[in-house]
Amino acid sequence: MSNREIIKITDLKRDFVVGGETVHALRGVSFSIHAGEFVTIMGTSGSGKSTLLNTLGCLDTPSSGEYLLDGVSVRSMSKNERARLRNRKIGFVFQNYNLLPKTTSVENVELPLLYNSEIGAKERRQRAIDALNAVGLEGRLYHKSNQMSGGQQQRVAIARALVNDPVIILADEATGNLDTRTSMSVLVLFQELHRRGRTIIFVTHNPELAAFSSRNIVLRDGRIISDTLNQSPASASDMLASMPADDK
Amino acid sequence: MNLVNLLKIAFKALNRNKLRMALTMLGIIIGIAAVICMLAIGQGSKESIKAQISEMGSNMIMIHPGNMQRGGVRQSADDMQSLKVADYEALRDRTVYLSAVSPMVQSSGQIVVGNNNWPSSISGVTPEYMDIRKLAVEDGEMFTEADIKSAAKVCLVGKTVADNLFTNGENPIGRVIRFGKIPLTVIGVLQSKGTNSMGMDQDDVVIAPYTTVMKRILAVDYLGSIFASALSEETTDEAIGEITALLRQAHRLNDDADDDFDIRSQQELSEMMNSTSDMMTVLLTCIAFISLIVGGIGIMNMMYVSVTERTREIGLRMSIGARGIDIMLQFLIESIIISVAGGVIGVIVGCGATWAVGVLAGWPVSIVASSIFLSFAVCTVTGIFFGWVPAVKASNLDPIEAIRYE
Repeated sequence: MSNREIIKITDLKRDFVVGGETVHALRGVSFSIHAGEFVTIMGTSGSGKSTLLNTLGCLDTPSSGEYLLDGVSVRSMSKNERARLRNRKIGFVFQNYNLLPKTTSVENVELPLLYNSEIGAKERRQRAIDALNAVGLEGRLYHKSNQMSGGQQQRVAIARALVNDPVIILADEATGNLDTRTSMSVLVLFQELHRRGRTIIFVTHNPELAAFSSRNIVLRDGRIISDTLNQSPASASDMLASMPADDK
Repeated sequence: MNLVNLLKIAFKALNRNKLRMALTMLGIIIGIAAVICMLAIGQGSKESIKAQISEMGSNMIMIHPGNMQRGGVRQSADDMQSLKVADYEALRDRTVYLSAVSPMVQSSGQIVVGNNNWPSSISGVTPEYMDIRKLAVEDGEMFTEADIKSAAKVCLVGKTVADNLFTNGENPIGRVIRFGKIPLTVIGVLQSKGTNSMGMDQDDVVIAPYTTVMKRILAVDYLGSIFASALSEETTDEAIGEITALLRQAHRLNDDADDDFDIRSQQELSEMMNSTSDMMTVLLTCIAFISLIVGGIGIMNMMYVSVTERTREIGLRMSIGARGIDIMLQFLIESIIISVAGGVIGVIVGCGATWAVGVLAGWPVSIVASSIFLSFAVCTVTGIFFGWVPAVKASNLDPIEAIRYE
């Protein structure tokens, strides 16, 4: 596995002015993430983890500090350049899936590629099908989003995040809306993707999830208070197997 | 981002909300259909007026005696005797803008054949009158110059007169009718022209050589009026100028004296009637355009609701790489699709409604081709105009807030 530096942030600060008062959401955060890491970023609400996620996702720009994504400086980019960067290098997974309603899985997954004019209709469809296969939804290609369970919808969302072959997948409370068992199966999928070499950042407030990642960063009041490597992450699939079977 | 993809995105988005799209379209459909229908009705009535006027002779110029004073007392036109045969001859021989000139002396009275009688009027004219009034002989023949010279006791009768005098359907030609005490031989029957736009029966006429009417019936030496025909509709004004100059000279009027005759042209009549129907068309079209604007506001309303309702979708699209302009174009294309599709359906509905008006109400209608093109232009403009503000609003959303919008 290459040791490429995917993300490098140095002394990242982000201030908001709310009602005349300046709020310091991030007060100088520095870390780098290398290819193939599965990082959980934790913190209570108000810790600045959402702001960090927005910044890492190129949705927001820092007030000061440097952010290099895959070697490219994001800070000086225009809105449209950042949009392009998101389209090519980042895959988002959200807590509430954010699938288009009344739209088939394949069409939902194709969406990021529609905003990439270099990819033709045929390749688009093939890559969407491949991505859905990768998340184990080969049998649900033409199901509409409202005909699927929460777990399945989140799998479609993960497939959508994979379809543009991003350098990093950003998951924002990706299991937050799911029950324990389904959460675990989604975690199995993330671990599976990690094993296949994907770089994943998983933002959550749930401390239990740290056990499944290879690295855990904890934020409090806009600063990193701990950054620990996890040499032997717990296996989500073992955990899932040990859980009592559904209902009955 | 290419246009094909944008179109796909917009179509898919609209497809998710068919009912709403259809309802929004309805406003545009009604607006466009109304515009087309109103313009068709306006154009139809204009054309029918035009047809009626040209039936009467579109280049026709009428010269009546007028504005005559006798010791300070103004005279009614019937009593005036200012138009003479010499005037007619001058107009006939010394003008360039007139294609035909005919004097006109009219007398009304009872026409008798055997034990049938019918009240009508007899018009003394020359054969050129036929060209001026667009009359034609259906059966028999027209009188000749020789008949005029000899004041021959011949006449032609209109359909109404023939039908009322010869009730058993006998052929009137060769029969002798009596106008007052004067017997006249019928040498022809005029082709029917029906009623004119004022509702007057144009077939209730008898025409005879003007000399016959002047000398044998009325015993007068002046003309009732003179009918002329300009070379074309465009030269009517020149013709009127020429007639005026000639008659002033013939009547030896001083420069400061008023004309003792009165010239009217069919053109004035047609302009007057057209202006009435134009006004109606403008009025109806205004109403129709108002409904189109209301339809456009419907689009704007719907797009606004749509932008608010789809805030999360917009946030998502932005977070996966849609630029502001992609979002704006998507919403703009959606509103254009709605308005243009509404326009197409509106054109079809409008043509159908026009046809229904023509058939059911029996109104003259004529679909104006330009109104269809106009409708398409208006639709696209409506779509862009009313879709613009919501589209800009959508494109300016902050993706961070939009994606978490509840």
